[in-house]
Order: sequence, then structure tokens, then C-alpha cells
Amino acid sequence: MSLLRNYLNKIRPNFEEGGKLSAFRSIYDGMDTFLYVPNTTSKCGVNIHDAIDSKRIMSMVVIALVPALLFGMYNVGYQNYSAAGTIATASFFEIFFFGFLAVLPKIVVSYVVGLGIEFAWAQWKNEEIQEGYLVSGILIPLIVPVSCPLWILALAVAFAVIFAKEIFGGTGMNIFNVALVARAFLFFSYPTRMSGDSVWVAKDSILGFGNTLPDTFTCATPLAGIAQNAEVSYSICDMVLGFIPGSIGETSIIAIAIGALILLWTGIASYKTMLSVFVGGGLAAALFAVSGMSSIPWYEHLILGGFAFGAVFMATDPVTSARTEKGKWIFGFIIGALAVIIRVMNPGYPEGMMLAILFANMFAPLIDYCVVQANISRRAKRLTHK
Amino acid sequence: MANVVKLKKGLDINLAGEAEKKRICLKPNGKYMLQLDDFVGVTPKVVVKPGEKVKAGDVLFINKEYPEVKFSSPVSGIVTEVLRGERRKVIGIGINADAVQNYVDFERKDVRSLDAEAVIAALLEAGLFGYINQLPYAVSANPRTRPKAIFVSALRDMPLACDFEFELEGQENDFQAGLTALSKIAKTYLGIGRRQSSGALIGATDVEVTVFDGPCPAGNVGVHVNHLCPVNKGETVWTVEPTAVIFFGRLFNTGCVDLRRTVAFAGSEVAKPAYVDMLVGQELATLLSNSIKNDHKVRIINGNVLTGRPTTKNGYLGAHTSEITVIPEGDNADEFAGWIMPRFGQFSVNRSYFSWLFGKRKYALDARVKGGERHMIMSGEYDRVFPMDIYPEYLIKAIISGDIDKMEQLGIYEVSPEDFALAEFVDSSKLELQRIVRSGLDLLRKENA
Repeated sequence: MSLLRNYLNKIRPNFEEGGKLSAFRSIYDGMDTFLYVPNTTSKCGVNIHDAIDSKRIMSMVVIALVPALLFGMYNVGYQNYSAAGTIATASFFEIFFFGFLAVLPKIVVSYVVGLGIEFAWAQWKNEEIQEGYLVSGILIPLIVPVSCPLWILALAVAFAVIFAKEIFGGTGMNIFNVALVARAFLFFSYPTRMSGDSVWVAKDSILGFGNTLPDTFTCATPLAGIAQNAEVSYSICDMVLGFIPGSIGETSIIAIAIGALILLWTGIASYKTMLSVFVGGGLAAALFAVSGMSSIPWYEHLILGGFAFGAVFMATDPVTSARTEKGKWIFGFIIGALAVIIRVMNPGYPEGMMLAILFANMFAPLIDYCVVQANISRRAKRLTHK
Repeated sequence: MANVVKLKKGLDINLAGEAEKKRICLKPNGKYMLQLDDFVGVTPKVVVKPGEKVKAGDVLFINKEYPEVKFSSPVSGIVTEVLRGERRKVIGIGINADAVQNYVDFERKDVRSLDAEAVIAALLEAGLFGYINQLPYAVSANPRTRPKAIFVSALRDMPLACDFEFELEGQENDFQAGLTALSKIAKTYLGIGRRQSSGALIGATDVEVTVFDGPCPAGNVGVHVNHLCPVNKGETVWTVEPTAVIFFGRLFNTGCVDLRRTVAFAGSEVAKPAYVDMLVGQELATLLSNSIKNDHKVRIINGNVLTGRPTTKNGYLGAHTSEITVIPEGDNADEFAGWIMPRFGQFSVNRSYFSWLFGKRKYALDARVKGGERHMIMSGEYDRVFPMDIYPEYLIKAIISGDIDKMEQLGIYEVSPEDFALAEFVDSSKLELQRIVRSGLDLLRKENA
């Protein structure tokens, strides 16, 4: 280990101001602090610090996403093989590896484009590289359909990183969830590639794995089916386990639940936000079910589509969600309720989670403002009631 | 039975090297320096010259803003230097102590017979008034305004803090005299901890005793003020650390300025952590020689690990310092891949580390920041360790953006930098909260002047 440390120390002067590689200082800093905890000691204020830092937090979120990612890969293969009718003869390895090959390029494109912009931006602004994109970079591939072309994905990532994050001031300053902005960009700019019946199953075989399906093959997500009042052929068991068509990471409730446990246990996600999303969604769905406007039982709204994934990984994003504890309850409730309202009331959008979260992101500062204002007026009253 | 205020929010950090309840005997080397930075908000005017002879209790410098506030010498001896730093700012006044100490006689007084004016006049005359702090602004108190209340916290619960009950043994009369004196000025509140059982605390007279039951920072005087008598705009509350109350009591009971205090000498790098009696301004060299475990780089802190200031082996005991803490500096730790390693030796409130598993284990933490500074990312981190009716995150944001109206509305008059010490410790974005709060308080003080 000390060899590596010595090597880093040796090359450091090249990257410092005046060094021949000073244009890549942000990359060097990023790598150095990634490999070793910085040895900087406190200059003022407290003399000891908690071991937690934003690198650790972001890494934990990425770890929490791994079950959904791995299952997503498997499900991509599963959908392809079952569409071709060869699922019974395919091995687990074949199925997973096909999915792996189909998903990997998306992750690579997402990280290369996103981190590339981050590094360049950090260098330009003379700042440290911030870790926020580590999470967004893995979220984005998980919330797009498997057939989303890479160039479109790259475009969406670039748009989201620049216009949703960097121009607001970087990680911690953005108003909207970066990954969802990327998805919204795709959704509105390339609607035919993002929704409909023909995007959810990978149709081309890769390196000999998987099956090539005819271009005309279609397979709707259960939610789209419900929106068109079609019969849904998936069992509750399939929906919970995740063997249904959908965006790559969103289908398995089990995998998402494992992620949720990691996030809640480490305290990175707020249980208040997460719980109130489900409460809001459940209540709205129950009301629609009672009134006869929704044809499915209330709980299916919570396990279908991106609802669970959004509730666990998107709504709880600390930067774009409400920051006050009371505000988190309201914020989550709005997301849940709104997502179901959009699904049921708007025939054009079978899925409402993305729009609901973006909408709530917009209102988070207002929610917090009201909560904080209560404290302010309490203090002001104390003065007048002296 | 005293009132009990239960607090849930907060965090006790278990550090290795707690001071054992026995006193080390120290032979002072005669070097003293009163450090002016210890008296926050004071613009000093030095009134002695090098070579001048002073007695313990003679004035060394005064507050330019309020010239009646004087600061007296802790020892008798010869002034050796007026140490100046950048832009000739006075840093300290050095004194070489006499072998036999001479005290200025301020005459004994029966505190019970004094009124508010007489108490303040006596403290001003003896150069002890500057040991009183005030809220708002968390600065040395202004003698021309009368406070609505005075707060004394006898509970020190910062990591490795000096146990005040231990210090109090044998000084009960002086402590009570000091409390009685303060109670003449305004209603005086004494905050104590749940485990404190000394009769001089529980049975203190002339004051309202309140028990604060909860984790650190239950002992912060700012928390007491916020719960019992919050400061509104235009109001003033004085806060006095308990040792200063003993100083005041000694002045009235003996007529002398005697700034002897008990200091906890603690920290993971101290060979035998224990208590030691020292005078304010005493050189630390005698204490520190041969008592630090390893030769490797250490950080010596004038105060506790959360609010103290780093000093050197040749530093001097601060005026408000009740601990000398020594921890590893850690700037050569080279810890690999901290973002993913289990790091069992590290303490964290976050459960991605394993300190939740080890219960009462004691940690030897070093002075590393352990991460880069970021914008505020996580929400609610400060809240969990901030037992006051204030939104710390929003207050910090208001200070950073320089929004004076917002700062006032969010309660900046009720806080001092030390209230944010724990929040600064747990902050994953590694912001320098105490510095930020101090800058906000200074800004407001300037604006309202």
C-alpha cells in the first residue's frame, strides 16, 4: 500500500499549479482522495470528526442499488428468453450474462459522459470533484427501458448533469433529482424510445447470447396494459419478484426492499419520506379503487411500475427532498398520492412516479419554508408577548 | 426537588484517555501568559509595559470599548513581554512569576449584604468581570446593560471534560458565594447534570437549580438558556462558567484574585490522564514534558476536543480552559479506501461503520477531517445533535448567505459557536460550522453596534 502512496506523492507535483499536468488536477485529486482518506487535519472548530463523509454515503447508496441492478440484468435476459420461448432451455448463466451485456454499455456510457462532465466542470471551477454523480450514474441506466439507444442516453445524461446540476452549483445545490431529469428529458424528447409497447424487451442477441426477436414484437408493461384496460397476465408473485417488463431496475420489489433496508439502516434515506410515499400512494389508490376509477386493487399500484423504486431511491434523495423532518412527511405523501393520480386520471401517462417526484422536488423548498416559518413566528410571538 | 429538563437529542462520544480522579502535583516554572483571544469580543488596550512589576490582581489590559472592564494578572511578578501578532494585534501578556506571590487586597465582603451595583463594581475593580460572557453574540459581557437572567452550567459533558464536582471539592463556600453574588444582579439559574450529587450543587441557594438529563450537549449553557429563558432580540443573558463563579466567590471571601483552577489532563496520548491544579495563563511545558505517550505527532488542545483550540507544548492555559487534551494529529495516517473499508477503529454515528456494534468502546480519534468539504447534502444531521428549538441547518444557510433578517428570525441571538460543535463533528459535508456561526455573530454585532 505504501508503494502506491509513495507513487501518488511522487506524481502529485505534476498536477499542482504550475506543474505540466495541472490541467488534470481535479482528476488527480479525485483519484487520490478516492484511494486514500485525505490526511488533512482540522484547522479550526472541532478537533475530531465523525468518520462519515459524502464519499462513504454515496458508496452506500450505490451498494444499496446493486441488488436492483443485478436483478435488473437477470430480468433483461429473462424477458428476452421468455419472449423467444426458450426460457425453459436457457441456463441461469446465459440469461444473466445476456442481461449483463445488454445493461453494461448503458452504465459505461452513463458514467463516462456524466463523470467526464463532472471532472471537466470541477477543473474549470477549480473545485474538488463531488461524488453526487456516483449515484446518479447508476440510477440513470436503471430507470430507462433496455432498448434505449446509447447515444440518446448520453445526450440525456449530459443534459441532466449540466442543466439540472452544474448550473445550480453542483451536488447539494440542485433542485431536481438529476437522474429523473435525465429520464424526463428522454421521456419528452424521444417518447417513442421511452414508452409504448416495443421498448421493454431487448430484441437483439449479443455475442451469441440471447435471442433476436422480430422488430414487430411488442410487450406492454403491466401498467400500460392496465391503462388500456387490457387483461394483465402477471401474477402478484411475478410483480413482487420482478419478472415483468419495465425499466431495468424498477421491477423487483424484493431487490428494492433489500436496498431500502440498507438505506434505512445506515440512516442515509429518511424512513419518513419513504413511508409517507407508500401511505400517500396507498391512500390515493384505495380511494380510486373504492370509487371504481381504477381497475386494480390498491396494493398493485404500489408494486407496479416505478413506484417502489422511486419511493426508495428517488424520493429520499436528501438534496432534492424536503429537508425538515415535518416537511419529509408532507413531501413523501404528495409524491405517493400524485403518482397514483397521474396513473389513474391521465390516460396518456400510464406511469406517474417520475412526474410526481419532479413535481414534489419543485415544491420541497416551499414545504420547508412553511415548516421553518412556524418556528420563526413562534419566536416572533415570544417577542410580542413579553 | 429541582426541575428536570429531559433532552433526547445529542451524542456522547466516548474517547480514550479519561482523566483519573486524582490530582498531579505540578511544580510551575514561573512562566505565565494571559492570552487575549480567550476573551471573545474584547478590543484590548494594554496598560502595562515589559519590565513592570505587577501583583496578582493588578490590571494588565482593559477593554477599549468599555474601559471599566479590566483584566487582571493571575500572578505577581515582572511583565516580560507584550506578544503581538499580525498587524500588531496583541496576542498575550507574558509574566515571570515571583517565588512568593503577592496579592492586591480588594477587601473581604459579605456578599449577602451587597446589592447589584456593588457586586458589579467589585468584579470590575478586581478585573474579573471579563470572565462573564453574554448572549447574544457569545462575547465577554457588556457591563452597561443589565441581563434578564444569569446562567451557570455546572455540567461539563463534552468528551473528556473536566468533572466540575471533582473541582468543586473544598471550594463549596466560594462557589456558593459566587452564586449569591450573581443572584444579586439578576435571576440566576444553575444547570446541573442527572448524575451530579454534590450538596453544593443540588442544595445551592439563591439560584434556581435545574437538572438537565440527556446526552451531550446537555451541559452547554446555551441549551439551558434556550429551554429556560430564551433570548429575544434586544435582551441580554449572562453566562458564567462554573470555575469563574468560584473565582468570584474567592474574591468576596478572601479579597484576593486567585485564578487557580482544576484542569483535566486527558486524551488518548496522555500517559497518565489525571487532574491538575493550575493558574490561568500557566505555561503548559511543565505539564506536558514526559507525560505524552509516544513521540509521534500529537495535537495538544487548550480545552476539549470539540471546542478547544490547538496549542503547542510551550502554550499557556487559557482563561476559560478546563481541559488540556492530547490526541494524535493523524496527518500521516494514509488510510486506504475509506469510502468502503469497515474501519473498525473509527467512530461514526452513521451505521455504515460499526461503532453501533461496540457500545461503550472508547475511541482514540485523531484530528483528521476525514473527508472533503462539500455543500450541505444530508438533511437532519445537525438536528439530531441540537437540542434547541432552532433549525440549525437553516440558520447556518442564513449566515452563509449573509441574510441578517433571516438570522434574527431563526434565532441567532440564542446561539454561540459551541452549540454547533457536535453538529460540526457529525457533519458529513465537513463544514466549519463554529467558524461560520462566529462570523455570523460578529457580523450582527457590528451591524447592531
